[in-house]
Amino acid sequence: MTRLPVALAVFAAIGITIALDVVGSERLNPFIAPPAIALGSGQAASGAHCAAPAGAR
Amino acid sequence: MTALAAQQRSALPVRALVISAALAAVMLVAAFAGLRYGLLLLIGLGLGVTLEGLRFGFAGPWRAMILRREPAGLIAQLLAIGLAAAVSMPLIAAHAGELMGAHAPVGLAMVGGAFVFGAAMQIVLGCGSGTLVNAGSGNAAAALALPFFAIGSFAGAYHLDWWTGLGTAPLVTAADAFGPTGGLAATIVALALVAAVALGLAKPGDRRVPRRLLIAAAVIAGLAILNLVVAGQPWGVVYGLGLWAAKGATALGADISGSAFWSAPANVERLSQSLLTDVTSLTNIGLIAGAMLVASWRRGLNAPVGKLPLRAWIAAIVAGLLLGYSSRLAFGCNVGAFFSGISTGSLHGWAWFAAAFVGSILGVRLRAKLGFEGGGGK
Repeated sequence: MTRLPVALAVFAAIGITIALDVVGSERLNPFIAPPAIALGSGQAASGAHCAAPAGAR
Repeated sequence: MTALAAQQRSALPVRALVISAALAAVMLVAAFAGLRYGLLLLIGLGLGVTLEGLRFGFAGPWRAMILRREPAGLIAQLLAIGLAAAVSMPLIAAHAGELMGAHAPVGLAMVGGAFVFGAAMQIVLGCGSGTLVNAGSGNAAAALALPFFAIGSFAGAYHLDWWTGLGTAPLVTAADAFGPTGGLAATIVALALVAAVALGLAKPGDRRVPRRLLIAAAVIAGLAILNLVVAGQPWGVVYGLGLWAAKGATALGADISGSAFWSAPANVERLSQSLLTDVTSLTNIGLIAGAMLVASWRRGLNAPVGKLPLRAWIAAIVAGLLLGYSSRLAFGCNVGAFFSGISTGSLHGWAWFAAAFVGSILGVRLRAKLGFEGGGGK
């Protein structure tokens, strides 16, 4: 077996995960999205990061 | 020569299609989720293309240093971290509200987690970014380890509160200890010292860093800085993977409100929102897709999958779980803790480096015993 079916399976799994997630999550709305660039936006950083401790923010 | 030219011509439509599909995905995310999210997917793609295309890794170079005292890959990592720090630390100091560093406290579980991560990443020869890149390029062991990495990351985050309760020191950053300029200087000096030690341990003929790795280090640093500027936070990997598993668990009806981590307001919000608005999920997806793009470009997907014994496949599953779980306790993997922690001035990044390197020495020995030396890992 070559690597192609493995890569395709990973690609399919990611695609299915995203599709199911889009259906099950709050509707995407680009009009309430944060500014394109955080730097200079005047908004506090709000994403979640690996370094965040339990219960942070 | 003519046959080669004909072969390259026949590959052109496929290559054009693959690149067009990737750019179309970026534009779709930008249009439907927001421009920031499209940019983050693009940054992730750039990281995946660079890591796979220029063969810049973390686990492999550590293995080369441990086994053969070849420091080139490690020096390239330190250079990338230094370049990222030179821009990131002043930016964070000047825009403290808008940008945040990968700052976390040093603790017993943090150090233990980094040690276990270092061992596990040598067993499968795939770290946080490496597992994504390898899975994207069709490495079967990494593809198998990836879902278990996500499950482990979810479980580690679930229990994080208990683990940090075992003993955690106050948060220390280089900027707190030495001031913004002194903190950056201390970080650069410390990186240079580690590089000097690595060079000192190497044989004279092995001290040169290939141009490919120097270019990769500069590009990786540039993309990491872009990640910080666009997202407001440094490059990370494991939070996104844990989020994927957490979303899967809740979709299957699991109640995860008993976890201090997953019931924190920021994480409850992430669970309700699409993955296409999550910073680390987008760059993770980009990493996988970017690696896939390079592999298809090089026709690397036609290479055979290495044959591994059953115990190696079982080890890939266990190592995946350990990579995910331990990286949550360690407040990040080789990306979130080592690269981003050090390049934004967090002491935990240095503690992670030391503990994970010691763990790697153990992992290098375990890898051979588990049957991975036959060629299934990359």
